Amino acid sequence: MPSTRASTEVASLPASQALLTLSDLTVSFTTAAGTLTAVRQLSLAVARGECLSVVGESGAGKSQAFLAVMGLLAANGRAQGSARFLGTELLGLAAPALDRVRGAAIGMVFQDPMTSLTPHLTVGEQIAEVLLRHLKVGGGAARRRALELLERVQLTDPARRLGQYPHELSGGMRQRVMIAIAIACEPQLLIADEPTTALDVTVQAQILALLADLKRERALGVVLITHDLGAVAGVADRVAVMRAGSLIETGPTAAVFKSPRDPYTRELVRAAAPPPAIFSAPGTAAGATALALTDLSVEFAVSRGWLRSPTRLSALSGVTLELAAGEALGVVGESGGGKSTLARAALALLRPCAGEVVWMGRALLELPPRELRALRGELQMIFQDPLGSLDPRMTVGEIVGEPLSVHRRELAAAARAAAVVEMLRRVELGSELLGRYPHELSGGQCQRVGIARAMILEPRLLVCDEPLSALDGPTQQQIMALLERLRRESGMSLLLVSHNLAVVRRLCERVLVLYLGRMMELARTQSLYSQPRHPYTRELLAAVPVADPDLQPARLKETRPGEPPSPLAPPSGCVYRTRCPHALSVCAERVPAWEVTGGAGDGANRVACHRWRELS
Amino acid sequence: MSEAAAPLAGLWRDAARRLRANRVACGALGLLAAVALLALVAPPVSPWDYDSLDWQHLAQPPGLAAAHWFGTDRLGRDLFVRTLSGVRLSLLISLAASALSVGIGLAWGALAGFAGGRTDEWMMRFVDVLYSLPYLFIVIILSAVVGRGSIAVLLIAIGAVGWLTTARIVHGQTRALKRREFIEAARATGLPTRAILVRHIVPNLAGTVAVYATLTVPQMILFESFLSFLGLGVQEPHASLGNLINAGAQEMESAPWMLLVPAAFLVVLLVCLNLLGDGLRDALDPREH
Repeated sequence: MPSTRASTEVASLPASQALLTLSDLTVSFTTAAGTLTAVRQLSLAVARGECLSVVGESGAGKSQAFLAVMGLLAANGRAQGSARFLGTELLGLAAPALDRVRGAAIGMVFQDPMTSLTPHLTVGEQIAEVLLRHLKVGGGAARRRALELLERVQLTDPARRLGQYPHELSGGMRQRVMIAIAIACEPQLLIADEPTTALDVTVQAQILALLADLKRERALGVVLITHDLGAVAGVADRVAVMRAGSLIETGPTAAVFKSPRDPYTRELVRAAAPPPAIFSAPGTAAGATALALTDLSVEFAVSRGWLRSPTRLSALSGVTLELAAGEALGVVGESGGGKSTLARAALALLRPCAGEVVWMGRALLELPPRELRALRGELQMIFQDPLGSLDPRMTVGEIVGEPLSVHRRELAAAARAAAVVEMLRRVELGSELLGRYPHELSGGQCQRVGIARAMILEPRLLVCDEPLSALDGPTQQQIMALLERLRRESGMSLLLVSHNLAVVRRLCERVLVLYLGRMMELARTQSLYSQPRHPYTRELLAAVPVADPDLQPARLKETRPGEPPSPLAPPSGCVYRTRCPHALSVCAERVPAWEVTGGAGDGANRVACHRWRELS
Repeated sequence: MSEAAAPLAGLWRDAARRLRANRVACGALGLLAAVALLALVAPPVSPWDYDSLDWQHLAQPPGLAAAHWFGTDRLGRDLFVRTLSGVRLSLLISLAASALSVGIGLAWGALAGFAGGRTDEWMMRFVDVLYSLPYLFIVIILSAVVGRGSIAVLLIAIGAVGWLTTARIVHGQTRALKRREFIEAARATGLPTRAILVRHIVPNLAGTVAVYATLTVPQMILFESFLSFLGLGVQEPHASLGNLINAGAQEMESAPWMLLVPAAFLVVLLVCLNLLGDGLRDALDPREH
């Protein structure tokens, strides 16, 4: 342990005693609208080698409490009460003394690893900076230590990563680098604020497994701030539930999950439980083909700088798919898998380099622009970013009414206004929101406005691109229920893109698994979740956190490291082979056929794997 | 419920409401209007003309009791009338030139930015080429063709230079806007390109453009005075703020009021326009509450 940091107080305390103790911590902000209390009289303690998880929806004050501890509140913020770290009061500590604690004795990992790394410094330089600052080691020693750290956080190819910049790494790799920086000075406490929220489900599991390992190995105290109960179940020893700034329940993880005392905790635990059954409308799947994609491929030109011809990035390759009228089809996979590209190509919002998109017998890509625009009333879309997909200069009434002004020009102003109010009612929004601007709404309300805009024309196909990923737990449940109800009411087809397998399971009848823009598996939801045929599907399913503290820690131990290779240089043969535990030489040589595994006709289950028979 | 009926009425009406609530901007607007009104009304009413000479009062200092409130210049011309007709001419030229340059720049930049690809390249390279031409050269050629001192030439010359910067600013903003999800949402809704530009791109540019336009007006006043100084702009005996200040600057030691009077008007105009620009930017951004 580095000697520079060890104070006499630290050494004299018994190991069992609490590392960090908050008592009556209150955080308030002075705003133009008055004083806003973000955290009310929070009392908590974290012991050595313990993981305390602080859960609650966004705005519950969980982040602000720990930013206050670290002295990182915004300028208008004020913290009262006490936060003692190994006997030292942190609140009101002068900056130099605080700096000795921050980074050295307490490490921090933030949600967005891109914005918390400095873009113009290499990974090696950023780690070395911390080592130099707190441990006064530089040069060769720092480089060796940085390499060790990157190996410890299981970053692939660590020697090369030292010289790379943050933008050259994937989100998961960046988060590993953040963790390496956080543990560089052998801290005793690690505060991780939503460390996995921005990551793919497979990478989430890897990062959580890493945190659990580090905790065990170094008797590290960990504060895991999250809204994801699946993550909590996997790594936390104790849980603290916060709501509106107050602590409402705390206890050992198993106890809180099994017998939550507070009604709000009960609601959270219920929302995190795996969905009971799939919504299935009998008979609807037997409808005629509404949307048919044939051998669809999309390429993007990637600039390689001045005077060099751009390379082609294959975002989607050979996707063939039929969606029946009234059917719901889910598209899952990791980011970069081509899900969003598929969603946009299906609506002819981008031009594929090969293949056909046929909607109700009409080839969308060959239609003249005017006719395609007229058809767009039937084909609508919901976007990932609820706020970003609404024009900031338009009111809710204008946004929801806009499709009518394009497609139902004959409608009189009064009739249009009435239709907007009626549509808002259907998405459970009051007409008092008509004159509001998007920034005045919550994330859930924004997404409802987006849904209202898409639904006001009664579309026959609704494409949803990650409609829930920007929302917190309870809001996700509400929006999911809303989509389910609207679909039942209107009988439209649904193409749902999501990295969240639980969402797809609840809403869709069939699921398509994409990896590097290629189809891996297509099956009825029931069989995909109970009998996954493709190794990639199995990996995805294994990575889904289960909000059960009895099962999840064991599941986390089994996660394998690995991320998709660059789509600029996809592997030969089966693109998944580089991560597949069952890969043989044949997998590198031939592209697997799109084989039928069960069922018949258009609705048959299919898989693209050489070895699916032996493996199942 | 007219919001849904008229897509743009909401933004502009709300902007007007927010502007009215901004006391500083309203004050600036009021003062501007007062000066403009004075410039329109006072010269015709006054017993003096901008070019009539009063041999009894040469280089007279200002005074309320005197025949000339703001004094006279070396030739005995009434500075009150000359300054106000200068304000009138300068405001006319700068407002028209700003409207011209903002209008062309907005259309050009938004089109290029939204079209993207090769069209964008060519349109913006054209701007670069014009940028690299010395603008004085253009003005001189124009003057030679149309005739020196013509206000039309001045307008075209000033507008032709001014729109290039507007186009670049608008172009950059449009390209950033184009990538936003709400523009994609508009395309998914089936809006034609023209409607996307008019309903989504331009209103979101409005704040930036409004500020830039109000900053352009003072710039145009200064540019006009520079051209006049070179003998390419407004010529004696006609008065503009530019040539009045030039003339005043030469008499600074013996007759300081000749500089101070037109300069005071210029300062008032510039400050008011800047305050108004800030107010407009805030008013056009619903997030600025």
